[in-house]
Amino acid sequence: MADVTVRKRILTVEEIFHERGPAPARPQKRASALAIVRNPFAGRYVEEIAPFMDDLKPLGLEMAKTLIAALGGDPRAIEGYGKGAIVGEAGELEHGALWHVPGGYAMREALGGAKAIVASTKKVGGPGTRLDVPVTHIDASYVRSHFDAIEVGIADAPRADELLLALAMTTGPRVHARVGGLAANEIKGEDGLR
Amino acid sequence: MKAQIRKIVTVVEETDREMDRQIDPPVRRAAAIAVIANPHAGKYVEDLTGLIDIGEELGGLLAERAVAALGIAGDRVESYGKAAAVGENGELEHAAAILHPKLGAPFRRVLGKGAALIPSSKKRGGPGVALDIPLGHKDAAFVRSHFDGMEVRINDAPRADEIMVAVAVTDSGRPLPRVGGLSKNEIKGEDGLR
Repeated sequence: MADVTVRKRILTVEEIFHERGPAPARPQKRASALAIVRNPFAGRYVEEIAPFMDDLKPLGLEMAKTLIAALGGDPRAIEGYGKGAIVGEAGELEHGALWHVPGGYAMREALGGAKAIVASTKKVGGPGTRLDVPVTHIDASYVRSHFDAIEVGIADAPRADELLLALAMTTGPRVHARVGGLAANEIKGEDGLR
Repeated sequence: MKAQIRKIVTVVEETDREMDRQIDPPVRRAAAIAVIANPHAGKYVEDLTGLIDIGEELGGLLAERAVAALGIAGDRVESYGKAAAVGENGELEHAAAILHPKLGAPFRRVLGKGAALIPSSKKRGGPGVALDIPLGHKDAAFVRSHFDGMEVRINDAPRADEIMVAVAVTDSGRPLPRVGGLSKNEIKGEDGLR
């Protein structure tokens, strides 16, 4: 087991009233939680990295709960989610992949079950690197109104031997969604897709 | 004139470790940023009273949001700062009108006090521009441990005819202050300087 050493946490909440169109009755809210953690595998090739996924689960759960609280406290208000990671330069892209299981598990757990795959992205980068975290509907990936992305990043991370881990949630569709496709009220919610 | 707000973003940053030392309690800071329409974009307007009033409105609103995001009482805030970024069709003076004449009084009312000058910065830029909000102790500008800055950015703001207005508050100074100077327990808090 490797220790999960957190250097800093960043929580961002965005409340969108309009984007120059008719303002919806309820503003859309989007939030991201970032944790900057030490990369236990930085600087060398390590074959056995998978156990770190379990080590990251408590942190993931804490971040998911923080997001729900920041968006009003009701898990049922969460409609979209996504996750991502930036690996500092002494690490390897594969280290970012360690976030898939704990990040996804954490959000499903905190939301009381969500059927859709959690959209994700990752890259290697230096301090200040920005990452566009993709966001999709929590129960049906094809809901077009909820395809979105949240840009995250922080000036001083990730350092070379760090991982920046990100989770994101939203309370609704894009603020003026109007390009058709599967609508949120048409979801069957069986296969996570439609 | 009332502010036409397109979105409000809050960011909370918590530093738990620095140079492998635990920061206990963690240092925390928060920023609240409003993206508003610039009523004077694209033309020279002599009288900036409308923007001055908007500064007064946002001073209270953003201070409340930032303090709430930090989750502490207003009088526990230790340092503060403010900044604005004007979109490309605006003028630096528009930022000055919002920040300087009237924003401070309602900001200080949220904190209960605030004898020191509120440090500020301003710039013109496009969407995603990084805004560095300077930070200084709210009751004594010379407290060296609290000289700091917080970078904020929003990928889609400011658009050409918008202004991004930010305030920042903290519950602490830098993580590991050790360059001497006036310390916070030596503050007289009368002249705003020492």
